[in-house]
Amino acid sequence: MIASNPLSTTEPAAVRRDQGHYRCEGRWTLAGIETLDAQLQNVRWASGALQLDGSGIRAIDTTGALQLLNLVAALERDGRRVQLVGLHEEHRELLELVRERRAAAGEPPPTTPPRNRLERLGRWVWHHLRRGGDFLAFVGEAALALGQLLLHPRRFRWRALFGNVETAGIHALPIVALLAFMMGVVIAYQGGRQLEFYGANIFIVELVSLTMLRELAPLITAIIVAGRTGSSYTAQIGTMQVTEEVDALRTIGIPPMNLLVLPKLLALVVALPLLTLFADALSVFGGMVMAQIMLDVSYGDFLDRFPQVVTLTSFLIGIGKAPVFAAIIALVGCYQGFQVRGGADSVGRQTTVSVVQSIFLVIATDAVFSVMLGSVGLWR
Amino acid sequence: MALSMGSAEKVIEIRGLHTRFGETIIHDNLDLDISRGEVVALVGGSGSGKTTLVRAVIMLLKPAAGSIKLFGEEIVGIGDGPAFRLRRRFGMLFQQGALFGSLTVRENVAVPLREHTRLPARRIAEIADLKIALAGLPADAGNKLPRELSGGMLKRAALARALALDPALLFLDEPTSGLDPVSAGAFDELVVQLKESLGLTVVMVTHDLDSLWHATDRVAFLGEKRVIGYAPMAELVTAEHPLIRAYFEGPRGRAARGQICTAK
Repeated sequence: MIASNPLSTTEPAAVRRDQGHYRCEGRWTLAGIETLDAQLQNVRWASGALQLDGSGIRAIDTTGALQLLNLVAALERDGRRVQLVGLHEEHRELLELVRERRAAAGEPPPTTPPRNRLERLGRWVWHHLRRGGDFLAFVGEAALALGQLLLHPRRFRWRALFGNVETAGIHALPIVALLAFMMGVVIAYQGGRQLEFYGANIFIVELVSLTMLRELAPLITAIIVAGRTGSSYTAQIGTMQVTEEVDALRTIGIPPMNLLVLPKLLALVVALPLLTLFADALSVFGGMVMAQIMLDVSYGDFLDRFPQVVTLTSFLIGIGKAPVFAAIIALVGCYQGFQVRGGADSVGRQTTVSVVQSIFLVIATDAVFSVMLGSVGLWR
Repeated sequence: MALSMGSAEKVIEIRGLHTRFGETIIHDNLDLDISRGEVVALVGGSGSGKTTLVRAVIMLLKPAAGSIKLFGEEIVGIGDGPAFRLRRRFGMLFQQGALFGSLTVRENVAVPLREHTRLPARRIAEIADLKIALAGLPADAGNKLPRELSGGMLKRAALARALALDPALLFLDEPTSGLDPVSAGAFDELVVQLKESLGLTVVMVTHDLDSLWHATDRVAFLGEKRVIGYAPMAELVTAEHPLIRAYFEGPRGRAARGQICTAK
């Protein structure tokens, strides 16, 4: 008996009519009731008073009890008087338990009607405006904490800083190297075709060096770091938020800002310019390799021309953008981590938001830089 | 049959169980039988392998050696198909609830129903609401997300999900920990009620001495990597084994026992 599976049944629950007599039969269990609705359609119910005989029920569980109660309720709604007779003692007890518990739980509250479009739009805008304000408040808080840190530099957590520099910077070297090199190759390849057409092969040096140093190397490094490090900041702080570790820090008297945010922020501000410098070198090298192979511009020629065409300003503009990008990535990453509420799904959602927002803000800031620097005449 | 009470039927039969994490041996040659319709508690000091034993029985953990029979079927080395079919015959209440955070309570309870039955969505919602009521939650709890519930309500919601498929066997991992005494008492009462009306077999891991006295038929004491005592509570507290004595003879153990004796 025990080996037979109670969920696969050959005796589905049913109600049979036999000379004005209604008999419940079969197994009124979760598996047994799958065909019950269809079967009940075929029963012709007498009007007025009727008796429902439960003595033929072979087994019943809470789901079956619910169906039986629903059946009785439905018949009574149609103006019949139903008497449930012949139930086994245990079955009756179970029915009673189900009835009791449902009554105790009460009626489910009415569902709120769906909001109209205008209201939804309004709420959406308001929500995002508030989020924007929250982020600014967070940036302000971080700036205050940074100011206090300058007053008491001894209380800074150097270990956390160096740990973060290692994971955000040193561990990112291989991927930054590979991608920067490939970017150099691609730019040189695409631009080289056009230059070759005009016989201006040597201008490949300007093309690769300026594009990379000024724009692409800082940008691509920031994007890699946003995906790699910004997301991990959000996930780490978010998980700590879920497990109440952030609250534990507050209780112990360690402001989460000091332990979780400032070391990350400063570490990235240090690491990202260095990574950008590294990306500069690797991408120019990539362009150099391509120039040699495709355009017959030797390494010597390339390196001779390089200092003549690349000004210090161009180089510094590229490197100078990196700390700003770093601050954006670290602050957005940490802020989104603190926005986590509830559980695992929220961590995932905020991590996505963090990466999308930081990449968006990095590119938008880069555009602002270009316009601003152009308007003060720093073209080279 | 769901309600027949053959007392000799073994729902769980464990023989010579060995489990280990790396080098650490958790169970060494452990035997345990649990009969149909019994409420059995697993007790023992922290780290004595109570939860691990439950995890081995519900096929979350592969034992190193030994045999476990669930409803008469060997589960050590069981295939995926038979394991899937066995899984719908028991429910598990995890210690932290383990409700899915992105789903409402009703949707959480509906997950096993959707997975294991072909009932229409309306029926499933109705059954889920019943289980929520059975677990002692108010009807409006169904629309809430787990993070909006208090600790006690979370436990009840998790119980509702464990009961979703009307299992014949229920595992409870520290069901009353973190509950206030009133809720804990109500929870014990609910377990007894379910056992009596559904013929449910219940295996619970607990440290709650009141639960041990009020809700259980037998208590298995885990120590020295095996079961060192397995008897009704009143008998177990008189056992000679030093570990068992140390466990029950503390001031809390005596207080719980004193209440029982005066109550009777």
